Amino acid sequence: MARATTAGSVVLAPAARPIRSGSLSRRRSLIAFTMCLPLILLIGALVVYPFFYSLHLATLNKSMTKFVGLGNFAFLFTRETFWMVVRQSVIFAVSAVIAKAIIGLMVAHVVHALPAKGQRKWRGMLLVPWVIPPAMSTLGWWWMFDPSYSALNWLLGLVGAGPVPWLGDPYWARFSVILVNVWFGAPFFMIMYLAALKSVPETLYEAAAIDGANAWQKLIYVTLPMLRNIIAITVLFSLIVTFANFDIVRVLTGGGPRDMTHVFATYAFKLGIESNDIPLGACVSLFMFPILAIAAVFILRDIHQRGTQV
Amino acid sequence: MAAAATLSQAGAAPRYGSLKRQRQWALVLSYICLAFFVIFFLTPPVYMFLTSLKTSREISSLDGSPWMVHAPTLSNYGGLLTSAQFLTFFQNSLTISVIVVIVTMVISVFAAFSLARMKFWGSTALATGVFLTYLVPETLLFIPLFKTFVFLRDVTGIEFINRWYVLCIIYPTLTVPFCTWILIGYFASIPKELDEAAIVDGASYMQILFKVFLPVALPGLIAATIFAFTVSWANFLYPMAFTTTSDQLTLNVGIVTTLVKGDVFNWGQIMAGALMAAAPPLIIYAFLMDYYIAGLTAGATKG
Repeated sequence: MARATTAGSVVLAPAARPIRSGSLSRRRSLIAFTMCLPLILLIGALVVYPFFYSLHLATLNKSMTKFVGLGNFAFLFTRETFWMVVRQSVIFAVSAVIAKAIIGLMVAHVVHALPAKGQRKWRGMLLVPWVIPPAMSTLGWWWMFDPSYSALNWLLGLVGAGPVPWLGDPYWARFSVILVNVWFGAPFFMIMYLAALKSVPETLYEAAAIDGANAWQKLIYVTLPMLRNIIAITVLFSLIVTFANFDIVRVLTGGGPRDMTHVFATYAFKLGIESNDIPLGACVSLFMFPILAIAAVFILRDIHQRGTQV
Repeated sequence: MAAAATLSQAGAAPRYGSLKRQRQWALVLSYICLAFFVIFFLTPPVYMFLTSLKTSREISSLDGSPWMVHAPTLSNYGGLLTSAQFLTFFQNSLTISVIVVIVTMVISVFAAFSLARMKFWGSTALATGVFLTYLVPETLLFIPLFKTFVFLRDVTGIEFINRWYVLCIIYPTLTVPFCTWILIGYFASIPKELDEAAIVDGASYMQILFKVFLPVALPGLIAATIFAFTVSWANFLYPMAFTTTSDQLTLNVGIVTTLVKGDVFNWGQIMAGALMAAAPPLIIYAFLMDYYIAGLTAGATKG
């Protein structure tokens, strides 16, 4: 019945259209286009154009006077530091995103299990790291990591653990930047999962409980499948942003010690802005594009699917 | 596997009244977990606050717990609030953020209205494009943008490098796509009958937008405004790349570059500055938490 009526209206609509004058709809789309014009100009001039411009820049020599083709890339490929940056970016992004997703899911579960009255208050407190500008909270972390006055080492000393060279040792420094990134990003995952958890129908859990499922089985067979979409999309988004992270590494380590904590963004900044080799910097930042493109394809597919489902 | 689990569960079932106790245990466990995470998430800001109350001498004395404040003082805050440089940073940040919010909302509201309601050739593609733009990280664009503005300066003679106002031009690339995207969502959820009724009453498109859509989608507008403000307030990369002298810096970059200098760090003052820089977003968040979270969860967002 319902399908028949919608089909009827679909058939009717084209028949009804010619009655309206063509000039009116043309005027309408002209107005609509004009309203979008600032947006189009902004995106065109300050996003699309710079992107293609960076492709062009990447093929120039340092003084930007000569075309060198892929020479900059060839040069980068011979540099040990560059490969280290590639490795570190991947380690940084992948481990941080996995940790954020797991912690986010755990915290979301814990908050969801609380009585509804207190949830708001706790949720409000747990989101604070996300609200503070990351450059500022990283300063706080930096101070907690400080070699001689480290408050964290003082706490570790209470339980007898030795002082940790948080930022002095390259591997600990890698751990520290990931830790700060997880601290900053996990609350965001928490808020997304919490919203998604609320939309899982309680009846599913009741059915699972009647079937004798324990808490772990409820998580694996009910919660995770229901949250699959939102998990996938937050992980993809976070992967893009974490790959492109700048603030935390820049403030915390500045890329050191021995360039071991540089990620693409900070390395590009160092080469492009600080060393004034704009083409080389553009080259490095372009390496963020593949991961962006891959993630974008998946996200778009998801949106498309959701669009057709609705 | 499942059958075995069912059996063991069934075996446990006869203990009547244990369900309630089980729930209580789960709740206690939840609170323990929660306490752990709250400590993890709130330790840095709390420690920043404690440090900001200390004098340099108290900070550098190594005896005693660094987590205690013996002689709390507001001198770090006072010192910053009377420093002309710090006030300049604050003013720069505030001016930029306010301008960016206004520009963003004007562009986004019109674009979202048009994309949500008045389809035109290519409008679906444009909506997707807006979303894709939102995915492009700033770190991919800052070098070509920097070069573009150097070039524009050479052509037009207007100084763009090391001027705070260049950030008002650049920040909308971060804010407009997302704000447009969530506003499209809010506008699309408004029932068509509302604007049809307005059209029947002879309203123009502008009247529909301002008298029907904006009031109805007010929560969305607030969420978008908060987003635009916090993003432009927190941005670090662009001011880092574009501005250098201390009269043009924004608050974040100013604190990182001017307070942290040489080997002598005045940590108390740095922490006080960082907290004051974090205050505006935190205050907005404290008062408009629901809108803030609505903006975060509207459409899957960055994180």
